Amino acid sequence: MFLFALRRSALACAIIFCAIALLFGMIYIVPGDPASVALGPLATPEIKAAFRAQMGLDQPVTTQFFIFLSHVFTGDLGIDLFSNRRVTEIVFEALPYTIALTASGIGWAIALGVPLGCWSAIHRETWLDRIAGVFAVAAIAVPSFVVALYALLLFAVELNWFPAIGAGARGNLGDQLAHLVLPSFAIGLGWVGYLARLVRASMLEVLGENHIRTARAYGLPERRIVFRYALRLAVLPTVTLLGVGIGNLLSGAVFAEIVFARPGAGKLVFDAVVTRNFPIVSGAVLVTTALFTLCTLASDLLIAWLDPRVRANL
Amino acid sequence: MSAPTFEEATAPVPQRRSALRHLLADPLGRFGLTLVLVILLTAIFADAIAPYNPTAIAVPNRLQGPSLAHLFGTDQLGRDVFSRVVLGARIALEVALVAITLALAVGGALGLAAGYGPRWLDGILVLVFDTIRSFPTIMFALALVTLIGPSLETVIVVVVATFAPSYGRIVRTQTQALKHAEFILAERSLGAGAVRILAVHAVPNIVGPLFILASMDVPVVITIEAGLSFLGFGVRPPTPSWGTVLNDGYAFIGNTPWIILAGGLPLVLSTLGFTFLGEALRDAIDPRLRKEI
Repeated sequence: MFLFALRRSALACAIIFCAIALLFGMIYIVPGDPASVALGPLATPEIKAAFRAQMGLDQPVTTQFFIFLSHVFTGDLGIDLFSNRRVTEIVFEALPYTIALTASGIGWAIALGVPLGCWSAIHRETWLDRIAGVFAVAAIAVPSFVVALYALLLFAVELNWFPAIGAGARGNLGDQLAHLVLPSFAIGLGWVGYLARLVRASMLEVLGENHIRTARAYGLPERRIVFRYALRLAVLPTVTLLGVGIGNLLSGAVFAEIVFARPGAGKLVFDAVVTRNFPIVSGAVLVTTALFTLCTLASDLLIAWLDPRVRANL
Repeated sequence: MSAPTFEEATAPVPQRRSALRHLLADPLGRFGLTLVLVILLTAIFADAIAPYNPTAIAVPNRLQGPSLAHLFGTDQLGRDVFSRVVLGARIALEVALVAITLALAVGGALGLAAGYGPRWLDGILVLVFDTIRSFPTIMFALALVTLIGPSLETVIVVVVATFAPSYGRIVRTQTQALKHAEFILAERSLGAGAVRILAVHAVPNIVGPLFILASMDVPVVITIEAGLSFLGFGVRPPTPSWGTVLNDGYAFIGNTPWIILAGGLPLVLSTLGFTFLGEALRDAIDPRLRKEI
């Protein structure tokens, strides 16, 4: 286990390192001289040369890469071109909103998906199960930003049940929660379907086991067997899979933040892309990628801890 | 057309026919197939179906509600939304087809190299695959858009970059499994080179499951195209795409709900259609794949 954890962590570090290299490389692919872009057409060659020296652009590429790398590891992701604030500061200001949104998306998925999966397993091979199955596939298939737009249209604009834009007033928890309902539902809906399918499948597997047969022999009602005894086993494989799903949820969160005009990492990157503010884009992409890599690392380690067969496969 | 003779009707059914029959026996498969066919035909005959030129601007008619003249109403420039949605099907399918084909080619080639090549090459390629897969798709797409600007090509590059590593990993695993199969060893002992072994033996064995997986990715690619176009980072105006229609509708969500409804509906229907069809196809052809997804 220790060896597996070590190798898997090394892989995660290598992935993050490659991601940094890739982002650094991308800046070089861009056509055009950064100095002329930043300073405009009126800059004299002397000013451009001074700018290059200041930014370290006159150094060889490898030196620049190591400078970039050392900055990243000390938490310095550069300076925002417009506000002159540190990118790290801006990104970590936005991140809690995105994490809250993602977490509530998972909340929806657990609150609706797990019972739906259990319910399907209880009514297996009936038309109720079939309908739940179709619903689950549909929930997975429909794009989350279309769900977000339809939810915004129906519940915020037409019915006016929930607020349409923003993240709510600071310090007012009720208001913030009300602002969270629609966007988190939009990103969580796909996972409702996913969880329902996973829980149903693993539940059916668990229901075939001996201790469940014993519980049946004692004459316990099916509902009690499923929710008291089988669920805690059936949920295990699905919990570990959530780590892998964080990436999808993050992508969904980007759209939800834009549709509902919520502050957050997605909105931040979107606005930065529109204004071609590359330091913010690369900083936010790097932080979310690192976050995502750590989540998959955590879930892989968790799975390996639970299931020794996985450890052999790295 | 004459009725089939007794011999024709009772001839042994080839494998492919039975898979098709399997598919048609599943009501969801039939539903998916119908939706996909409708979308395909709409895309092919889009010019004939669309009642108006999708880019023709008629400002006096702007933001009209649905009527017989304009089934889905008109947008902020007076363009017929129905015509734009119909032409949008063409863009969506074109992007899906081109991008997935390219991703299969790139991922397949790299996967074969990783699976059959030396260990160091395998190590490097797997690291590259895992690195690219570790970017959340949308973040990768946004970084790329900042660099090379928004366009249809950007969308395709994003899709190829996101999907090629997944295909590459699958091909790699399958090639590795084949590498030590007895018939491959026999072929090698007869003096066959790597190219012949890969082209004649590896590819045909890998292509089947890969195509099923690729067909299940069609709705995802359609979603990516529409999503990026919705953000304004995909198809450039005035070209109609489901995403740009949604974007137009989003700007006027307060007074014109029908533009968003019209832009989202084909997306919902096509993703549902392709997903149902893909699931039914997978169950009909190769139920073992169920575990891999």
